[in-house]
Amino acid sequence: MLTAATLALLVTVALALARAAYGPSVFDRLQAASTIGTCAMLLLALLGFLNGRPEFLDLALTYGLLNVIGIIAVLKFIHLGRLVNKSAENVEDA
Amino acid sequence: MDILTALFMVTGCLAMLIAAIGIVRMPDLFTRMHAASKVGTVGVSCVVLAAATHFAELSVVAPVLLTIVFFLATAPVAAHMVGRAAYGTGVRMWEGTVIDEWKRRSGNPPVKPPEP
Amino acid sequence: MIRTLASALALYSIWLLLSGMFVPFLLAAGFCCAIAIKLFSRRLNAIAEETEVLELNWVKLVAYYPWLIKETVLAAWDVSKRILNPRLPISPALVEFAPSQKTDLGLVIHANSITLTPGTISVEVEHGRFLVHALTEEGALSLAGSEMDRRCAELEVV
Repeated sequence: MLTAATLALLVTVALALARAAYGPSVFDRLQAASTIGTCAMLLLALLGFLNGRPEFLDLALTYGLLNVIGIIAVLKFIHLGRLVNKSAENVEDA
Repeated sequence: MDILTALFMVTGCLAMLIAAIGIVRMPDLFTRMHAASKVGTVGVSCVVLAAATHFAELSVVAPVLLTIVFFLATAPVAAHMVGRAAYGTGVRMWEGTVIDEWKRRSGNPPVKPPEP
Repeated sequence: MIRTLASALALYSIWLLLSGMFVPFLLAAGFCCAIAIKLFSRRLNAIAEETEVLELNWVKLVAYYPWLIKETVLAAWDVSKRILNPRLPISPALVEFAPSQKTDLGLVIHANSITLTPGTISVEVEHGRFLVHALTEEGALSLAGSEMDRRCAELEVV
């Protein structure tokens, strides 16, 4: 069962990689990258199963959150061309 | 207990697989996002729930529930950000799109994005 | 001040849930971390203090989440069937509609729920105007005045 689940996830990564390589726009690639990140998170959870160590779930949670933050950072970089919004002094920064 | 675990795990991984098939098959960015955001969310929730039913102790179930709540809250935000950025830069939409109120309002068709 | 304390308390309860060990050292460390995070976030000015975190109908929110999860599962089932169907029966549509929520929090919850449920993704969110991409035409036309719209409006405290 674990083997089947892991195989399914690896095929998922391969399909997402195909989409990331094919494009056509940068957002398609970003979407594929996010899917690969989610798969990595699930593979971590499955690794926890394999070792009988539930601590891996915490790693998976952290990975999932970092995935979202990474996507938002990349989008901000695409949008602004830089990561630091120099003109914004207060919370009003968009 | 084991049957429940197996059921959740297989459902979750199958859902991820379907999401990936959708990402490959769908004709444009927005329809791909449908596959990734909805089916992907269910896939993650199911696999993590499988861990909860397998270990069945408070120190596992609590992080599992937190993971699901965080994922329910953050996955749509990421999808929305990608969609908004794509809409802002004018990613071309599929020819089969039935209604496009964006084109109707601005009057000109969306421009092709620059090749990366 | 009360809000700062409440959010520090919420951070502390997340720490407790995640650690799952109730040793005095860890309890104290978690408390220090919660206070430190509040101080840092104030210094960063990252979280505006006037955020209306608490102005929500919490009882209805608890009832809303199971409904949302049920709808998400149904939506995922529907989308998977469409993906696996060889003819790919989709008719994408990009539509605008007016949500009935008044507060920012209600709008955010509604937009999030739209992305999770029946074949729709919120693309642009403003006060009184949502731009939504739907996988099918029926999904796009059933948006305005939907049950989700009503339920999200009920969550708000006006």
